[in-house]
Amino acid sequence: MTDSKYFTTTKKGEIFELKSELNSDKKEKKKEAVKKVIASMTVGKDVSALFPDVVNCMQTDNLELKKLVYLYLMNYAKSQPDMAIMAVNTFVKDCEDPNPLIRALAVRTMGCIRVDKITEYLCEPLRKCLKDEDPYVRKTAAICVAKLHDINASMVEDQGFLDQLKELLSDSNPMVVANAVASLTEINEASSSGQPLMELNAATMNKLLTALNECTEWGQVFILDALSQYSPKDEREAQSICERITPRLAHANAAVVLSAVKCLMKFMELMVSDSEFVKNLTKKLAPPLVTLLSSEPEVQYVALRNINLIVQKRPDLLKHEMKVFFVKYNDPIYVKLEKLDIMIRLASEANIVQVLSELKEYATEVDVDFVRKAVRAIGRCAIKVETSAERCVSTLLDLIQTKVNYVVQEAIVVIKDIFRKYPNKYESIISTLCENLDTLDEPEARASMIWIIGEYAERIDNADELLESFLEGFHDENTQVQLQLLTAIVKLFLKRPTDTQELVQQVLSLATQDSDNPDLRDRGFIYWRLLSTDPGAAKEVVLAEKPLIAEETDLIEPTLLDELICHIASLASVYHKPPSAFVEGRTGLRRALPKSSGGSDNDSAGDQQQQQQQPTVIPNQDSLIPDLLNMDINAPPVVPTAQSAFSGGTLDLLGGGLDSLLGGSGAEVGSSPAPGIPPVAPSSTAGLLGDIFGITSSSAPVYSPPKQIWLPANRGKGMEITGTFSRKNGVISMDLTLHNKAMQPITGFAIQLNKNSFGITPAAPLNVPAPLAPNQSIDVSLILSTSGPVQRMDPLTNLQVAIKNSVDVFYFATVMPMHIFFCEDGAMDKRVFLSTWKDIPSQNEVQFNIENINMNADGLSTTDGISNKLQSSNIFTIAKRNVEGQDMLYQSIKLTNGIWVLTELKVQPGNTTIVLSLKSRATDVAQGIFEAFDGILHF
Amino acid sequence: MLGGLFIYNHKGEVLISRVYRDDIGRNAVDAFRVNVIHARQQVRSPVTNIARTSFFHIKRANIWVAAVTKQNVNASQVFEFLLKMLEVMSSYFGKISEENVKNNFVLIYELLDEILDFGYPQNTDTGVLKTFITQQGIKTASKEEQSQITSQVTGQIGWRREGIKYRRNELFLDVIEYVNLLMSPQGQVLSAHVAGKVVMKSYLSGMPECKFGINDKIVMDAKMDVAGSSDESQRSGKTSIAIDDCQFHQCVKLSKFETEHSISFVPPDGEFELMRYRTTKDISLPFRVIPLVREVGRTKMEVKVVIKSNFKPSLLAQKIEVRIPTPLNTSGVQLICMKGKAKYKASENAIVWKIKRMGGMKESQISAEIELLQTDTKKKWTRPPISMNFEVPFAPSGFKVRYLKVFESKLNYSDHDVIKWVRYIGRSGLYETRC
Repeated sequence: MTDSKYFTTTKKGEIFELKSELNSDKKEKKKEAVKKVIASMTVGKDVSALFPDVVNCMQTDNLELKKLVYLYLMNYAKSQPDMAIMAVNTFVKDCEDPNPLIRALAVRTMGCIRVDKITEYLCEPLRKCLKDEDPYVRKTAAICVAKLHDINASMVEDQGFLDQLKELLSDSNPMVVANAVASLTEINEASSSGQPLMELNAATMNKLLTALNECTEWGQVFILDALSQYSPKDEREAQSICERITPRLAHANAAVVLSAVKCLMKFMELMVSDSEFVKNLTKKLAPPLVTLLSSEPEVQYVALRNINLIVQKRPDLLKHEMKVFFVKYNDPIYVKLEKLDIMIRLASEANIVQVLSELKEYATEVDVDFVRKAVRAIGRCAIKVETSAERCVSTLLDLIQTKVNYVVQEAIVVIKDIFRKYPNKYESIISTLCENLDTLDEPEARASMIWIIGEYAERIDNADELLESFLEGFHDENTQVQLQLLTAIVKLFLKRPTDTQELVQQVLSLATQDSDNPDLRDRGFIYWRLLSTDPGAAKEVVLAEKPLIAEETDLIEPTLLDELICHIASLASVYHKPPSAFVEGRTGLRRALPKSSGGSDNDSAGDQQQQQQQPTVIPNQDSLIPDLLNMDINAPPVVPTAQSAFSGGTLDLLGGGLDSLLGGSGAEVGSSPAPGIPPVAPSSTAGLLGDIFGITSSSAPVYSPPKQIWLPANRGKGMEITGTFSRKNGVISMDLTLHNKAMQPITGFAIQLNKNSFGITPAAPLNVPAPLAPNQSIDVSLILSTSGPVQRMDPLTNLQVAIKNSVDVFYFATVMPMHIFFCEDGAMDKRVFLSTWKDIPSQNEVQFNIENINMNADGLSTTDGISNKLQSSNIFTIAKRNVEGQDMLYQSIKLTNGIWVLTELKVQPGNTTIVLSLKSRATDVAQGIFEAFDGILHF
Repeated sequence: MLGGLFIYNHKGEVLISRVYRDDIGRNAVDAFRVNVIHARQQVRSPVTNIARTSFFHIKRANIWVAAVTKQNVNASQVFEFLLKMLEVMSSYFGKISEENVKNNFVLIYELLDEILDFGYPQNTDTGVLKTFITQQGIKTASKEEQSQITSQVTGQIGWRREGIKYRRNELFLDVIEYVNLLMSPQGQVLSAHVAGKVVMKSYLSGMPECKFGINDKIVMDAKMDVAGSSDESQRSGKTSIAIDDCQFHQCVKLSKFETEHSISFVPPDGEFELMRYRTTKDISLPFRVIPLVREVGRTKMEVKVVIKSNFKPSLLAQKIEVRIPTPLNTSGVQLICMKGKAKYKASENAIVWKIKRMGGMKESQISAEIELLQTDTKKKWTRPPISMNFEVPFAPSGFKVRYLKVFESKLNYSDHDVIKWVRYIGRSGLYETRC
C-alpha cells in the first residue's frame, strides 16, 4: 500500500508509456496504470489524451478499478463528448446489475457526466432507479435528479422526475427522504420562474418531522434547512413544529443545532413575543449556543458569527452568558475578534466591571488588530453604559501611558467619541492627550486629535501653536485631516478672534487656492464667505450644539438582519451579507421573516394563491393598501414572452383595421373626433387649464425630442428640413426648421399630411413669411389637430408629409412621438384605475426595461422627480407605494383617440433600470408608449 | 452544496482534488493556494471569498483541507463534514500526513465518492463505511450481505449491523471530564466550566436496548414528580447536579429525552461517545495555582508559584504539569522546587514543572530566578497565563452514573448477565491562572 510512488513520475515519454500499460493484458498492470493516470490528473497534468484507453478498462468486474475509471470519466468526459458515448452502454448495463452498490455507482457517476448526449440515455435508468427496491439506490437516484436538473432543467420537468422525487418524500427509508428533500430544495432555489416547485404543506411537514428523528446527522440538516422555509399557517402550528424541533438542540453535530436554531428563531416571530411558550423556548436556545463554543475553532467561528446576529435580534437571549465569550489565550485570532464583538453587544450595567477588566487585559496582547479592537471596545462600553464612562476613560488613560503607538492612536479616536457623548465632563484629560501629539501618524487619530483641539480651543492655552504645527505639512495630510484642520482653525478663530486671524487666513488660502480637492475647497469657500459676511452667523453655524451620538454602533440594518436570521448557519450568516451579494446568477427567493401574529392569518397564504392564479403586476384593490411581502416574489418576469405576443398582435391588427385600436368603447372611427383635444386656445386659458389639472410643470420643462433631419438637402433640391413634434398646453405642433442650401431663394411653401392613425391634420396653413434666401434658415411651427381622417399606419405613429415650394413637391415620412397624443385630462380616479386594470386581460400586459436612468443627474433622485417629469407630458401618477425598497408608481394616460393606457413603473434605488409594465385594450400602442417614457425620462 | 474538495500539503501542492460541480474549475485550486496558503499574512478567517467563490479550510499539522462552493451553503455543515472526513480518514490509515494521504489516495477518492454525492454529505459512519469500502473489492459479497450493507448505510440504525454475537456480554463506561478555568492573579474565578463526555465501549450481542441513568437535576426531578415523595427529593438534592446542556450520539432517541428525560438507545458496536455535557455550577476545582511575579530591575525577575490540591486526601492526582511562561529575552533560569522536576525550556519560552503524583489537600512550591537580556524593544512582555495539566480519579462536576440497563428481547441474556465497568477521570482542559 504505497501509492505515493504514483505522484513522482515526471518522465518525458510518460503518456506513451501509460498508453501501452493501459492496453496491457495483465489486470494488475492495468490497474497500476489507471492509478498513475489519476495521480497525474490530481496534480493538474493533462491526461485527456488517454481517454479511449482508460474507457476501455471500464468493463471489469473489479470494483476498485471501475471506480477509478469512473473518476477519470467524470473529469474528462466534457472535453471528449463523443468518446464519452462509448461509456454509455456500460453504464446502462451496470444500472441493471444485481448488486445494488453497482447500480447506485452507475447512476451516481452517470449524473456527474455533464454531456448532453449522455443525459438522454440517463433518463430511463434514472426512472428505474428512483423506483428501485433497494433504498441505497433510491437515495442515490434522488440526488441524481438534482444533477440532471443542473444540466437540463426542462428535461427534469418534462420527464416527470419532479413528481417521482416528491413521491420519495413519503419513502419508508429516512435517508431517501432526506436526499429527496436536499434535491428538491436545490431545484427550488435554481428554479428560474421564481415559483417554488415544492410546496410544503401540513402533510409533507409531518412526514419530514418524522424522518427527522430517524435519519443521519446530515439528513437532519437537509430537512431542518427545508423546514425553515415553511410558513406555518398560525401560531399553534408554529408551536407544534417548534416542539418537535427542539430536541435537535441536544444533537452532537453543530450543524444540526444551528439549523434547528434557525427554524426556531424564524417560527418564534409568529408567536406573541411575551408568551410563556416563547420565554421557554428562548431559555432552551441559550445553552446549546454556548456549547457550540467548545467545538473546533472553525465551527466556533461559524457559531460566533451567528450568535452575533442572534443577540442583535434577541438581546436578552444570552445576556447572562457574558463569561463564555471571554477570550482564551490560545484561541485563533478569528475567534478572538468575533468574541470581542459579542462581548460589546452583551455589555451592560450588570457585567461592565468584568468586561472592562477583561478588555484591559486584551489591550496588552500581541496581535495588533486584536489590541486595537479591544481599545475601541473600551470606548464603546463607555458610550453604551453611562455609569462606566468614568472607569473607561481612566482605563484609556492608563493605556495611553503605555506609549505603545497604535494603542495611543486607537485610544484617542475613541476618546473623541466619548467627548461627543458626554460633553463637558472629561475635558481635564486633554492635556494628557496633547502630550502624545507627535506620535500620531494615522489619519484617523490625527483627525480626532485635531477635532478635540478645535472643539476645546478655549481651554487649551497653546491651541494656536498646536494647530499651526499641523499646518506646515498641510498638503501632505490625508483629506480627512485637512478637512478637520480647516474646521478646527475656524472654530479657534471664532473663539479667540484677536490673535488667530493670521492663522485662519493662512488655512483658508491653503484650502481654497492651493488645493485641488473639491470638498476641501468648497468647505473653505463656505467658511470664508460666512466669516466675511456675518461672523455672528458663522458662530451659530460652526459652534452649534452637536447632536449626541448613538449608543449602539455597528448594528446591522433591521431588514438585512431579518433576512440574515433566515439564513442562520449558512454562508450568508458568516459573511453578514445577503446571498445575492456573493452568489452568482440564481439567487433563489429572497427570504423574509414571517410577520408576527395578529391578523396575518389570511393574507400570506391567501394572497399568494391569488397571485399565482392571475400573474398581474398590480395586486387586487384590497391588498394594495396593506404592504405585501409577496408582491415582489411573485412578480412574473414576463419580458420575453410579452414582447413576442406584442409583435404577433401587430401582425394581426394590420388586417383588422383601426376598430380594434380604438377598442373598449366601441366608438366608430369617424364619430370619435378625439374627445380629449381641447380646442386650440389662447395660452392664458391653457395656463389656467394647467392649474386646474394641478400641473406643476412650470418647474419641469416640457419634453420634446430633438429635431431630426426629415428631408436632406440633396433630396430636397437644396432645401433641408429638420423637425420634431411637441405638445404644449394641449396644442400639438410640428416644429420645423427650413434651411435653404440652394443658390436661389425659395418661396411658396405649403404642407399636406397623409391620412394617419391618429387623424393628425394641419389646423392652419404653413406660414413662412418671406422668401427664404440662400443659406438662410427659418423656424416655423405648424399647429396640428387630430380631427383629420384616420387610417391605420405601420408603424402606428408613421406620418407621411408632402411639402411644396417654388422648386418642387417633396414627399417624406416621419414618426411622431407618442407623447404628443397624451391628453391633459388623462388622470384617472384611483378606484377606476384599479378596476380597469383588473378588467383588462392579462395577456394585454407588456413589460419593458428603461435602461440607464441616471437617478442623480436627471433630477430624478426621488420618485417625485419622476412623476413631475412625467406629469409635464401628461402622464399622470395616480398612486405610488414602496414594496421592499422598490418604489412602484402607477400612471394613467389617455390618448387623443380615447384609448386609455395604464402603466406601472418599478424603480429600485441604486438601479439604473426602471421596469415599465403597461396595460391597454389596444396593445399595439405599447411600443410607442415605451419610447415616449424612455425619451421623457432621459430628457 | 459543495462544488469541490481539495487537499494540499504545506507547500500548496495538490494531493487530492475532487470536483463535484461544474461551476468549480481548475483555477479554484490555484486561487486557494495563492490567496490563502501562500498569503503573506496570517490567516484571518477559516472562510475566504475569492472572486465570488467561497473556500472553507481546515489546517491540521501540515495538511490543508479546503472545500469550495459558489452557493450559499450551510457553513456549519461544511466544517462539521470536513472534521468528520478527517476522522474517517484517520480511522482508515492513521495520522493525516502528506505521506499517508499520498499512500492512500485511491482509498480517499473512493471514500470521497461515497461520503459526498454532488456535494451533499452522505453516511459518514466509520463502522458502516468499513463494511463495504475495504480496498479489497466486494465482488465476493453474497446477495444477503449486499442488501445488509445497503440497508445499514441507509437504515434507521445505521450505526449497528445485525447478527453481532459475543460469548461474554460486557460494557465499559468512561466518564471523562475536562475542567476549564481562568483565574485572576488574586485568585478570583473569572470563568470555569466542565466539559464532560461519556465514552462507552460495548461488546453486546444482538440489538440491545440500553437505558442510561445519571444524576442530572432535571432527570432526577422528573423522577421525583412521579414518585411524589418530598422526602426523597431532599435527600437527592445534594447528590444531583445541574447540567447546563448536553448532547448525544445520534443513536440516542432525542425526542424521548425531551419528553421523558430518559436516555435510551441501541449502541453501536465497540467504542463511541455516548454523550457530551457541560456544567458551570458547583465545580470542585482540583488545584489552585498561586503565582507571585516580581520584576527586580530590568534584567531580573523572580517567580514563585504555589499549587494546592483540593480533594479528598485518599485520592491521588497524576501527570501534574505546571507551565510558567518566561519572557522572550530570558538568558538564564535558576529553579528550586520542593517536589517533582522542573526545567527551563528555552524553545518553548517556559518553565515546565512536572510532578508524577500528588495526594489531596497538599501543597507544593517552586521558585525561580529569571535573568533577562537587556533589550531596546519597547514592547512590553505580555505575561501569558500559567497553565496546568493534571489527571484526577473523580468527576469534578459531581457527575454520577446511576444505572445502565440492557434489554435484549430476542436473545436470552438479561441485564444481570452483562458485566459493567464504570470509571471516572477528571482532566485539565484549559486550566489557566493569570499572573
